[in-house]
Amino acid sequence: MSALSTFTLILEGLLAGAGITIAVTLASLLLSVSLGFLLALVRQFAKSPMLHALIDAYCEVMRNIPALTHLFILYFGLASLGLRLSSITAAILGLGLIGGAVTCDLFRAGFAALPKGQREAALAVGLTPLQAISDILTPQAMRIALPSLGNYAVQLLKDTSIVSAIAAPEIMFYARSMVTSSFQTTLIYTTVAVLYLAISLPLMQAIRMLEARYGRVKT
Amino acid sequence: MNPLLSVTGLTKSYGAVEVLKGIDFDVAPGEKIALIGPSGSGKSTCLRCLNFLEKPSAGEVRLDGERIGVRHDRPMNDRQLAPQRAEMGMVFQLFNLWPHLSVTENVAIAARKVRGLPAKEARELALEMLAKVHMTHRADASPLELSGGQQQRVAIARALAQKPKLMLFDEPTSALDPELVHEVLKVMEELALEGRTMIIVTHEIAFARDIADRVLFLDGGRIVEEGPARELILTPREPRTQAFLRQIRH
Repeated sequence: MSALSTFTLILEGLLAGAGITIAVTLASLLLSVSLGFLLALVRQFAKSPMLHALIDAYCEVMRNIPALTHLFILYFGLASLGLRLSSITAAILGLGLIGGAVTCDLFRAGFAALPKGQREAALAVGLTPLQAISDILTPQAMRIALPSLGNYAVQLLKDTSIVSAIAAPEIMFYARSMVTSSFQTTLIYTTVAVLYLAISLPLMQAIRMLEARYGRVKT
Repeated sequence: MNPLLSVTGLTKSYGAVEVLKGIDFDVAPGEKIALIGPSGSGKSTCLRCLNFLEKPSAGEVRLDGERIGVRHDRPMNDRQLAPQRAEMGMVFQLFNLWPHLSVTENVAIAARKVRGLPAKEARELALEMLAKVHMTHRADASPLELSGGQQQRVAIARALAQKPKLMLFDEPTSALDPELVHEVLKVMEELALEGRTMIIVTHEIAFARDIADRVLFLDGGRIVEEGPARELILTPREPRTQAFLRQIRH
């Protein structure tokens, strides 16, 4: 087999995984940002100490256990209890639930950075507390959180490589199975690196454009 | 004439510290009241208790006879307070404009969200209010592009757009560079001439003397002296008022 056709085969194999990598990244990003935003809202604005303690506990548990351990619990642990998740579902769920704890902190930092007068002025004109949150505080907190959310998104993309450990068929999963059959170690892993760059650089670019569009406001 | 605002027995404590020790005063429709006094005298707290941004510890605030912040003997929460707060326009020391919204949107948003005006009407109202404070030329700017004096004038327009029954000013010129104070005072003077009811916490004694009908001098959480503006400022009776005014002048 010629070198070129070997390379083409490798690339085809890896590209099949790239689709899953992107899908897992986007799905778990969506899950973690929604969950994190919700948790941050409750943690920041609800008055129940009970809810605060619950959310704090959730965040600590999620962030202080390795992601791989979470994935194994979801994939192997639940299966032994009779709940079988597909590897992709377990991957999205695992990364998303961990990410919820991470992004919760990012959103909270955004809310905490707003001067007290912003909410006071909103209440003073007759907005309800909910309107103050939705129309005045959230748009500003989002803008403050945007750069760190961008970094998180790129980190998440790279972290999807660990879900190959529960056999989710993403880039690294294909790479490793091809290495064991073809021994083209250098070529395969270099291609993997280039492939990740090809996904992460445009992602970074998209985030920078968002920042330029929305992130300019300082308070 | 029935008072527009009446305050009786207002107290406010933070823990063991009593900041307001029983404040009583009435404001007639169209009346201009200046609250003056040394820092820490409780004048800002007193103002913020009127629209319940600070919850009073005891006492009553009534606007047009309606009890503010209490319904059926129970304290109202921020959601229930919203319609009552909308009746009072408030101008803050630090302006507190919303930087993610344009100047016009800052002024229009309450009209849309609180009074339910359609976007176009709210915008027209906002432009009308911006004209009152001479800021029409920056209608599409971001608040961040404005000087302090301009921001404060937009903040006044925002409060006017509520069509409030009275205006509360919390040291509106204290955060401004000296050369920008004048443009804000001029706008406030124009509002006073329109016959608006205004309560102004201020250190601008000359302004209080010329614009206010009545001055309340607060010290240590109490009204130490009150009277017609010129009289109180030019010939104060109480020694503490005299000492305060002497310090301010020199």
